[in-house]
Amino acid sequence: MYDIAIIGAGVVGGMIARTLAKYNISVVLLDKESDVAMGATKANSAIVHAGFDAKEGSLKARFNVRGSEMMEQVTRELGVKYNNNQSLVVGFEHERAEVEAIYERGLKNGVKGLRLLDKDELHTIEPNLNKDLTCALLAETGAIVCPYELCIAAVGNAMDNGAELMLDFEVSAIDKKDGTYVISAADGRKVETKYVINSAGVYSDKIAAMTGDADFTITPRRGEYMLLDKECGNFTQRTIFHTPTKMGKGILVSPTVDGNLLLGPTATDIEDKEDTSTTAEGFATIFAKASDNVANIPFNKVITSFCGLRATGSTGDFIIKERDGVITLGGIESPGLSSAPAIAEYVEDMLKDKGALTDVKADYVATRKPAHYFRELTMEQKNEIIAKDPAYGRIVCRCEGITEGEIVEAIKTNPGARDLDGVKRRTRSGMGRCQGGFCSPTVVELIAKECGVPFESVTKFGKGSIINYGKTKGDK
Amino acid sequence: MSIKADLVIVGGGPAGMSAAVAAYDAGVRDIMILERDKSLGGILRQCIHNGFGLHRFKEELTGPEYAYRYEVQVRERNIPFKLNTMVLDITPDKVVTAMNSEDGLFTIEAKSIILAMGCRERPKGALNIAGNRPAGIFTAGTAQKFVNMDGYMPGKKVVILGSGDIGLIMARRMTLEGAEVKAVCELMPYSGGLARNIEQCLNDFGIPLMLSHTVVEIHGKDRVTGVTIAKVDERRRPIAETRQYIECDTLLLSVGLLPENELTKSANLSLDRITGGASVDQNRQTEIPGVYACGNVLHVHDLVDYVSEESEIAGRAAADFINGKTASGRDIDLVTDGKVRYTVPQKITADENVTVYFRVADVYRDIRIVVRDGDNVIINKKKQKVAPGEMETVTLTREMIENMSGNTLSFSIEA
Repeated sequence: MYDIAIIGAGVVGGMIARTLAKYNISVVLLDKESDVAMGATKANSAIVHAGFDAKEGSLKARFNVRGSEMMEQVTRELGVKYNNNQSLVVGFEHERAEVEAIYERGLKNGVKGLRLLDKDELHTIEPNLNKDLTCALLAETGAIVCPYELCIAAVGNAMDNGAELMLDFEVSAIDKKDGTYVISAADGRKVETKYVINSAGVYSDKIAAMTGDADFTITPRRGEYMLLDKECGNFTQRTIFHTPTKMGKGILVSPTVDGNLLLGPTATDIEDKEDTSTTAEGFATIFAKASDNVANIPFNKVITSFCGLRATGSTGDFIIKERDGVITLGGIESPGLSSAPAIAEYVEDMLKDKGALTDVKADYVATRKPAHYFRELTMEQKNEIIAKDPAYGRIVCRCEGITEGEIVEAIKTNPGARDLDGVKRRTRSGMGRCQGGFCSPTVVELIAKECGVPFESVTKFGKGSIINYGKTKGDK
Repeated sequence: MSIKADLVIVGGGPAGMSAAVAAYDAGVRDIMILERDKSLGGILRQCIHNGFGLHRFKEELTGPEYAYRYEVQVRERNIPFKLNTMVLDITPDKVVTAMNSEDGLFTIEAKSIILAMGCRERPKGALNIAGNRPAGIFTAGTAQKFVNMDGYMPGKKVVILGSGDIGLIMARRMTLEGAEVKAVCELMPYSGGLARNIEQCLNDFGIPLMLSHTVVEIHGKDRVTGVTIAKVDERRRPIAETRQYIECDTLLLSVGLLPENELTKSANLSLDRITGGASVDQNRQTEIPGVYACGNVLHVHDLVDYVSEESEIAGRAAADFINGKTASGRDIDLVTDGKVRYTVPQKITADENVTVYFRVADVYRDIRIVVRDGDNVIINKKKQKVAPGEMETVTLTREMIENMSGNTLSFSIEA
């Protein structure tokens, strides 16, 4: 019997788990995938929004502004990269009124550090922009963060403080018996809990329905992205949004905390909650719209493209409610990443009000060792570590300079990587310009060795994503 | 740890080993080869097919055999090398930073450096293929490593995109291991691979080579379940009506090799826009005196024999540099007409015999390779056929260079 079961180990579920793990209660985090951060969390714009977008008075506005304020401290505690690079909403002359309206809305939402720029200043601070842009809103609090890094760190910190993680746990039913909930998985596992927190992203409507709540639906909104080589990471310093439309914030151009340049997302509403395929139309849209904002983007430097699904709720706002021990967090689309720490804080307050959270664990630790600490060290510090563990002297991923020691650590540290993509998200091994061409066989070998499983059973991302079909003729 | 060396060679593949042996034989003793892998040999270690060494040794060797011949020469001379050692940085004043398990992070101050880091494969992400990102998409070289080095089969039903040599070799290799290779799709109207590989790796096994075809969509959620291919028009755009689905569990990519020049860039050397490697003179010396580049890091070769030949030039030149011998002061630029895409070297700085390597932009038949000094034709060589997949050479004699009136040699393909 758990006190709290959280369904969905994305950045929202992860931040909640981390917040609740502080208390003397039992927390379990459930996810249907073979790793955390596998839904919208692994494929979004990686932006900490300032908070000027959402409608005044909305939950989106409230949690975004608060979350943005909290993010620097949260990332510091969790050892996650955070860059307060600022953001710009840019517009052509005919969009000037809209840019000014966003400024006004931002002020009403309580966003600090907003300023309208004239054309000269805009092109001085960002010299690579399309020269036809004439107006802009500068948001000094705009920042960037790596969403799956944040999620992995949050879940890791929660686990370090005693929370449990159950993966490949696809919830098939939620039943209430004698005042407690029984959550059943498709594979027969069952979890009993006093409280249920539904942070299931695009599936939050399905989970809500299992608890008897059919008040809302989620329509996945497909967003395609392209990522450019690190040599393009300084193409713009700030995150560049175009003046938004009804379908979202348009195609942005932004550096990432890891030094790449990110373009996207498109916005297409679809039915299939699993369809993260990229499309030729998506590529064309990104090329065209990104070029509206930034001139001469080196599109030949694209190293990968991907697609995420935003959990767009039927109410247009975040859906946050509690009923009979079930806390539902639906429709957490953008600015969901920015809002995640504030949503976690709000859930904490809700549970406190219900008396579910009382004393804090005596041995609670708020911080986590940065996943990328090794690369930040000096030559002397690195040599001390290599002298103790030679694996830190062996580079496995040439492009990103990731050592065997760091990969083994990613497998052994909460929440441990179990597959190739899991190692990639934790260490960046395979994320560089060769995209894993050289390092993936070695990483497969390391996972097999560290997890004690056969080489051919190591997958790309769990389930049926097998990499090898078995031995060659001569090796049988 | 901080040490000094006369010559640091970055990479212990065929280029690095050939350069080391040549430098040693020209009198250099204080050499250090830094190799990132666990043994010498570079990519040849996983190229277990034969066909290497026909020019050099007049016999057909496998990749490991070819590499071993050079490793023996390195060992016979007791040329020092460090394995499992990754070079992380090279400064313009020739300080090399590297890392391994035994020495940790260390630096070497070098009098001369030879860059021999080889190349890497162009990955899928660069191609913008629509669809999912399931398991089962590999570059041909990654699949080659799984099969030949690890002994595992990364696929059973295979489609190969791109007809580069590694893709052709892997078509045969996967077939021999029991996989079904359904097709090799090539975007261009001609193959980028060697004619002999098309014959021996595809035709001999009845594997169709579909020219002017590309993969437009990848299917499958967890593992590849199929690909949609389509014919492309003259501007290489897919023709919608020609789309066809092929069921497969694996997509191998052999869509080009890219010289691996991150370290070259860290030394502030600029790269040739076409080759992706440094710009060099006839000695393979870069813009920094005493820094040389050779092998696939300079430009992608189709035969390792030429890599060895080129690397010996660099090794001997590095020895001359270390021994204080400097060349005379000519400065001739080699320029191309576009049909000749590039030349290596890009310039000539001395009056001596120089073999110029180059590649052409398209398949041309019954043409002449023409080299001009101003209006003066100094080489006029007839060829039945030239193709992008096959490197061409012409040799400029010392007399030709001495007798030049201008400072530019132009290379062209003419009817």
